[in-house]
Amino acid sequence: MPYSNFRCSHAILNSLWRRRFLLNFPDDGQKVEGNRIKNEIKGEMSMLEIEDLTVEVDGKTLLHDVNLEVKKGYTNVLFGPNGAGKSALMRTIMGFSEYKVVKGRILFNGEDITSLPVDERARRGLGIMMQRPPDMSGIRLRDLIKVVSKGKKDPEALAENLNMNRFLDRDVNVGFSGGEIKRSELLQLAAQNPALYLLDEPESGVDLVSIEQVGLTIKGLLEEGIACPGESCIRGKSALIITHTGQVLDYVTADRGYILCNGTIKCSGNPLKMLEEIKSKGYEECLECKLMK
Amino acid sequence: MQADEVNLKKRAESAAGKKATFGEDFELERFEEGSRISKPIEDLQTLDEESKRTLLQVGVVPSEEGRSGSLLVLDNTVSHSSLKDKNVELMSTRKALQKYEWLKDYSWKLVAVDTDKYTAKTYLEDADGYFVRVPAGKKSALPVQTCLLLGRDRVFQTVHNIVIVEEGASLDIITGCTAKKEVEEGLHLGISEMYVKKGATLNFTMIHNWAEQIGVRPRTVIHVEEGGTYVSNYICLKPVRSVQTYPTVKLEGKGAVTRLNTIAIAHPGSELDLGSRAIFNAPGTKAELISRTITIGGRIVARGEMIGNAKGAKGHLECKGLVLTDKGSQLAIPILEANVDDVELTHEAAVGKIAKDQVEYLMARGLTEDEAVGLIVRGFLDVGIRGIPEELRNEIENTIAQTAFGM
Repeated sequence: MPYSNFRCSHAILNSLWRRRFLLNFPDDGQKVEGNRIKNEIKGEMSMLEIEDLTVEVDGKTLLHDVNLEVKKGYTNVLFGPNGAGKSALMRTIMGFSEYKVVKGRILFNGEDITSLPVDERARRGLGIMMQRPPDMSGIRLRDLIKVVSKGKKDPEALAENLNMNRFLDRDVNVGFSGGEIKRSELLQLAAQNPALYLLDEPESGVDLVSIEQVGLTIKGLLEEGIACPGESCIRGKSALIITHTGQVLDYVTADRGYILCNGTIKCSGNPLKMLEEIKSKGYEECLECKLMK
Repeated sequence: MQADEVNLKKRAESAAGKKATFGEDFELERFEEGSRISKPIEDLQTLDEESKRTLLQVGVVPSEEGRSGSLLVLDNTVSHSSLKDKNVELMSTRKALQKYEWLKDYSWKLVAVDTDKYTAKTYLEDADGYFVRVPAGKKSALPVQTCLLLGRDRVFQTVHNIVIVEEGASLDIITGCTAKKEVEEGLHLGISEMYVKKGATLNFTMIHNWAEQIGVRPRTVIHVEEGGTYVSNYICLKPVRSVQTYPTVKLEGKGAVTRLNTIAIAHPGSELDLGSRAIFNAPGTKAELISRTITIGGRIVARGEMIGNAKGAKGHLECKGLVLTDKGSQLAIPILEANVDDVELTHEAAVGKIAKDQVEYLMARGLTEDEAVGLIVRGFLDVGIRGIPEELRNEIENTIAQTAFGM
């Protein structure tokens, strides 16, 4: 029964919940302990919560009753077969108008953002790496980087890390290869500096040499400015990553995995174990999942 | 009067009532003749502040800094002409015709006097204008600037320009066409005949900034010889009643190349009928006609025509039009004609609104909707002026930044 492995995070949650009671004891010795735990609990704060989300595009239901959570400092992974609705979920979280939320809500740092426009969400700290972004004819990557970073970051320096300097004077996405699109998206995200990264298949279409570069860049972005392990729980960046191959997980530590199938979340658990299962058994079981009813 | 002059006059008179093929018909009688006498302006910097601003908005620098020469036509008078660069000749067309006997072989040889009533009128008025010539092998280090200025309300201006870039020479021209602030109504008729000789290059940038009730009828033909290059940038971003133009480039020598860029914004009440035509009359000639237009309430007709008459001709035509309001309209009319085999002419035309996915893509990066639309619009127009010398582009980009965002 592989699913038993996926329940471990619940155990942590339960223990935290229990320890929370400790705070109620007015004993001095426990106050110190209390502060520590307070921080720990703070670290378990939700950055993104999705509740019973049902989404339509052109009157067709793509997602139904989706529940998902990304805690502050966590990197969660979204698995699922092609056409399951993973990209749709990510684009709904970002707020693209094509995706109509007909039920449920999306909370970001506790605020209901379900009906906020895309730019408001971006300003609150959401950032997306798209799979197939539109061609932006006439807009040079350099200029976009400047605008996105509000002139605070030097496009040359940012591009250096991603070996993208020669793309700075090209029109964004126009004639870019799959791998170039990924690197350009990461470059823009680096300029944008979001709190939650929504990464839609960061490794797809990337050649083997560049995968390391993409993986390390993502790792770098997620760990930026983090001095100690505890800090990542409080101020750290969060990520929700869609991956088919799991290659990106060689570079970033994933905390939790979700399997999305037929438009809904079937289960969640240890992402690496999930990946292993998926690699050996595929999604056939998920399609006929008996656990979720 | 010589025989061919008599002949021209006859032809012009017979065409005095001939309506143009395209665009609103203007009754010439409704306008007074623009003044032929005005006080010479020794220094453009002595102009009043308002006029100086008007000039600057069309790329004409009153201090003449960064320019090799300047010529100003006010109504129907050449009222300023100055030159710093010895590699260029710049004077009024009338003076040049007096000075050079041979110039009559260039005058009214590309534009037919009987094209329509506007060419006929310009001929019959014996219009003055600018004459620019660069001798063989010479290069003007800086652009020459010319300004066609309407100074009085309800007058018509007729202008006749001749540009000759001799063999292996190179020239940049910036022409600003505009009206003084007090001018509400008027008519501008401008004939331009340009000769780009063997291996020569001419970069011609024209910025229009008229007023809501002004009609504009330029008539332009360019003759390009073997290995010559003609690049034109036409920019019209401010309100105007009606512009109808269809500059034609005749590629007459082997390997001659042209690129015509048009960027324009049609405001409510404006009608812009903007065409570009390339005729491939020699083997291995190339042309690119790029048009990027936006309507925010006016009507735009974007015409493009390529006629392939010689083998190895290669051309691409691109008309793209954005419609930003329900009141505006865009009509793209691309025409391709191949009269021999081994000709490769292509076109790409698209009209419509800004793609929502583009706007939201930028919004997902934190830009507001207005900022996103602004960036897309600027990028859209920017594509229309790529590949031109950097200093010129900076100026045009400034103009776009000033105007496109005030819309």
